[in-house]
Amino acid sequence: MDTGADLLRIEDLSISFAMMGGQIDAVRKASLRVLPGKVTALVGESGSGKSVISQAVMGILPKTASASGQILFCDPKLSTGPVDILKMDPDGPQLRALRGNRMGKIFQEPMTSLSPLHTIGNQIQESLKIHMDLTAKERRQRSEEMLGLVGFSKPSRAFDMYPFELSGGMRQRAMIAMALVCQPSLLIADEPTTALDVTIQAQILKLLRDLQSQLNMAMLLITHDLGVVANMADEVVVIYHGEIMEAGPIEAIFRKPSHPYLKGLMAAVPHFDMKPGERLKALREVPVDAGSLLGRKPAAIAKADEAKAPIHLQSDVLLSVRDISKTFTTRKSSWFSKADNQPYKAVDGVSFDIRRGECLGLVGESGCGKTTVSKILMRAVTPDTGSVMLASSDGPIDVLAARGDGLKNLRTKMQMVFQDPVSSLSPRMTVQNILAEPLEIHDRGTGKSRTETVKTLLKAIGLDQRHINRYPHSFSGGQRQRIGIARALALGPELLICDEPVSALDVSVQAQILNLLKDLQSELGLTYLFISHNLAVVDYMADRIAVMCAGRIVEIAPREILMRAPVHPYTRSLLAAVPFPDLDRPLDFETLNTGGASDMRNWNAAFRGDEAEASLSAADLGEGHFVLANRNADVRELRP
Amino acid sequence: MLRYILWRIAAMVPTLLIISALVFTIIELPPGDYFESYIAELRAQGESVDTAEIQELREQYGFDRPPIERYFYWLGGMLHGDFGYSFEYQLPVSEVIGDRMWLTIMVSFVTILFTWIIAFPIGIYSATHQYSWGDYGLTFAGLLGLAIPNFMFALILMYFANIWFGTSIGHLMDQKYLGEPMSWDKFKSILEHLWIPVIIIGTAGTAGMIRRLRANLLDELQKQYVVTARAKGLHPFKTLTKYPLRMSLNFFISDIGSILPAIISGAEITAIVLSLETTGPMLIKALQSQDMYLAGSFLMFLAFLTVIGVLISDIALALLDPRIRLQGGSTK
Repeated sequence: MDTGADLLRIEDLSISFAMMGGQIDAVRKASLRVLPGKVTALVGESGSGKSVISQAVMGILPKTASASGQILFCDPKLSTGPVDILKMDPDGPQLRALRGNRMGKIFQEPMTSLSPLHTIGNQIQESLKIHMDLTAKERRQRSEEMLGLVGFSKPSRAFDMYPFELSGGMRQRAMIAMALVCQPSLLIADEPTTALDVTIQAQILKLLRDLQSQLNMAMLLITHDLGVVANMADEVVVIYHGEIMEAGPIEAIFRKPSHPYLKGLMAAVPHFDMKPGERLKALREVPVDAGSLLGRKPAAIAKADEAKAPIHLQSDVLLSVRDISKTFTTRKSSWFSKADNQPYKAVDGVSFDIRRGECLGLVGESGCGKTTVSKILMRAVTPDTGSVMLASSDGPIDVLAARGDGLKNLRTKMQMVFQDPVSSLSPRMTVQNILAEPLEIHDRGTGKSRTETVKTLLKAIGLDQRHINRYPHSFSGGQRQRIGIARALALGPELLICDEPVSALDVSVQAQILNLLKDLQSELGLTYLFISHNLAVVDYMADRIAVMCAGRIVEIAPREILMRAPVHPYTRSLLAAVPFPDLDRPLDFETLNTGGASDMRNWNAAFRGDEAEASLSAADLGEGHFVLANRNADVRELRP
Repeated sequence: MLRYILWRIAAMVPTLLIISALVFTIIELPPGDYFESYIAELRAQGESVDTAEIQELREQYGFDRPPIERYFYWLGGMLHGDFGYSFEYQLPVSEVIGDRMWLTIMVSFVTILFTWIIAFPIGIYSATHQYSWGDYGLTFAGLLGLAIPNFMFALILMYFANIWFGTSIGHLMDQKYLGEPMSWDKFKSILEHLWIPVIIIGTAGTAGMIRRLRANLLDELQKQYVVTARAKGLHPFKTLTKYPLRMSLNFFISDIGSILPAIISGAEITAIVLSLETTGPMLIKALQSQDMYLAGSFLMFLAFLTVIGVLISDIALALLDPRIRLQGGSTK
């Protein structure tokens, strides 16, 4: 390779962090390159050192880090030829002149990476102010041009807006505008779409690709999502534990992955072409031993036996939700205008059934009301109308009417697994305390028998019993989520509500948790309501899938039917936006809905309920497939 | 914004009314009144008491009427600037306080400036150089300042100032200028005496502010937007002042609300130890001798300043933080 041809060339880069009592090697002798005008993807799970490399390139490593090796940056617009970034003072004028000017960076969290106290425009034009000699008017003009380029329809208005007035996707666009306003030759994108919904992700990816070719800029794309890589990259570098495992053109890497790590990573991601019953191969499999858990609860044995019968044949309904609605009023007042209460329908006439032993998937973009539904089921939020009935093993319970002891009894039947494994476990309680607490609240057993139960729970989720006295902070994200699952199982519930249980976890761990949930379901005969925005995950887990949009269920069908033959335009655009880790199935960027998937203007008239709210109803397409459509529409017309 | 300010000002009226009722009740609570204490004092000194004269005074000031009536009389007087009459000083209250007020405001104002000038650089240094020797050293000094009671510190400083500089540092000025009209010499004398109370009253506040600024700034320095600013190539100092420092200032602005009343109440104990001519000792004396109009007016004035101060800091917060201005009031 000719050094002059590479825009960025990293050679033998090692980065270590000084820690108390030793040092941690985050990156070991890594070498990679970025060609001008091309996209290099750096792939790895969290903690593999990929973000640290990007920080080193920008010269913004934390103070505790020390780096050795070479990072050669050769910008065609600089006459100096290649410069070694590691040799420069990180806060010196030389490197600062490159940062933000010749190389830009966008971050994962659009919520926190912009200052909430300064307007978008202020933060964008700051780059121009630092690096170029322009008047305030010219800066504003250039910034507005850039805002227009990244897809703001009214750039001059957006310029004066504050970040918290924008949605996540729009903030990420503003962030991109900020990184690109000086037209750098290298853009470093650190997990640019991980925090976003699939449809927004597809839009941002399209935007990045368009801008990249338009401005002829190179990109170092850091991600753990192989689907994103397949759609974006020219070259791929795979990193594991700070070491480069494999590098090369995307064709070679995807068609013939040679390193076992990459093969493992590919097998650990759920995808749509999995055969029924096919299992994900977690990178590190966790043995599940629920047998002892069954022995503990005689009732569970009967249930487990029952569960051995083919689930799909059972049709008795465990949870029946009828027509629940919840309206929130947001008082959108500023001091300049009169306060007016705007009612906002978070959940709008939602009805569904969950059958005993099945897993119902609930999918939708953020803000569609799926979490509100789960909160209503758990009695954390009271709906305005509707009813929820639970046909538990000791007779039916009216979930919304339960009071006192009835409510307490209900709590033992339904439990919840939360999204964030960090904040859902109290940092001041040991695993023993956390798992025994539900038993104490419900006055089950003696202190000794509770400890036994906790031990069997730990065994069931594949954690070592010696960890019983540890605190949550000493566990990894995946282990914490398993503790959260064990806590939910402690009382032997019949229904488990999983609200985005894997979206905060790494790909490699995700497979582990999904497999654990599947095993527990089949061994304990559990019923799941599985809420997620990730369609592939829901596809892997669920027997039936309900799709939610703007507070309503727009389509509900058995998994195979929904995935293969979706009818509702919202479901179709959701599915179209999922990037596949497969070179032969690129995202169709052209057909992407520019206004987002829930933009009803692009829906077929049969699915719109413009004139009267009541005109929409669930149309039966047969085989348990229902879709929300105009009452007068012909069923045959609905199919695409 | 204007609507909000008007609404807040309107809400101040009932607040102040309630406070005035409370103040009046508390002052009335101890048995007896100023004249009874006065008689007791005279008797204790073995002097004869002219009960008829006292009775006449009582009637003159309405002490024979029911408390409710006296409360409204006092309230009505305050509305048109008549704060009542101080029995102790035999002068209208406004004249008694007015004299000392300016000195108090000067001492407090210089103290606040001193606090800010010292606390800001140290707080910023401590946060940006966390766990360095400088941080530890300054933190230690700050904790010392917090831990030593003011009156003790005052006594120590008085002793050493006398030994080393030969200044007798009681009072705010040299004895001969007491009661004199303001002159250049008097002003110089005040400046000469001023530094001791400023240091004594200021140390505790400085230490507290350093700790709060350090903690707030440390939180903000971890935030992602700081990295964003660095990635733009912004100068490190500019990065610090534009983003995290500004974010960490909210606490400082909320403090303004409590600064206003502190300006005129002064540090009472320190003022007594150093026999400063400020309003603090006067308030305590007035409360002791049940000089009710003086004490009541004083407390009302403090309450008024508190309410105004809180309003000012709320408005300033809203002006500086767009999240409060534009997002406030959204409820679930």
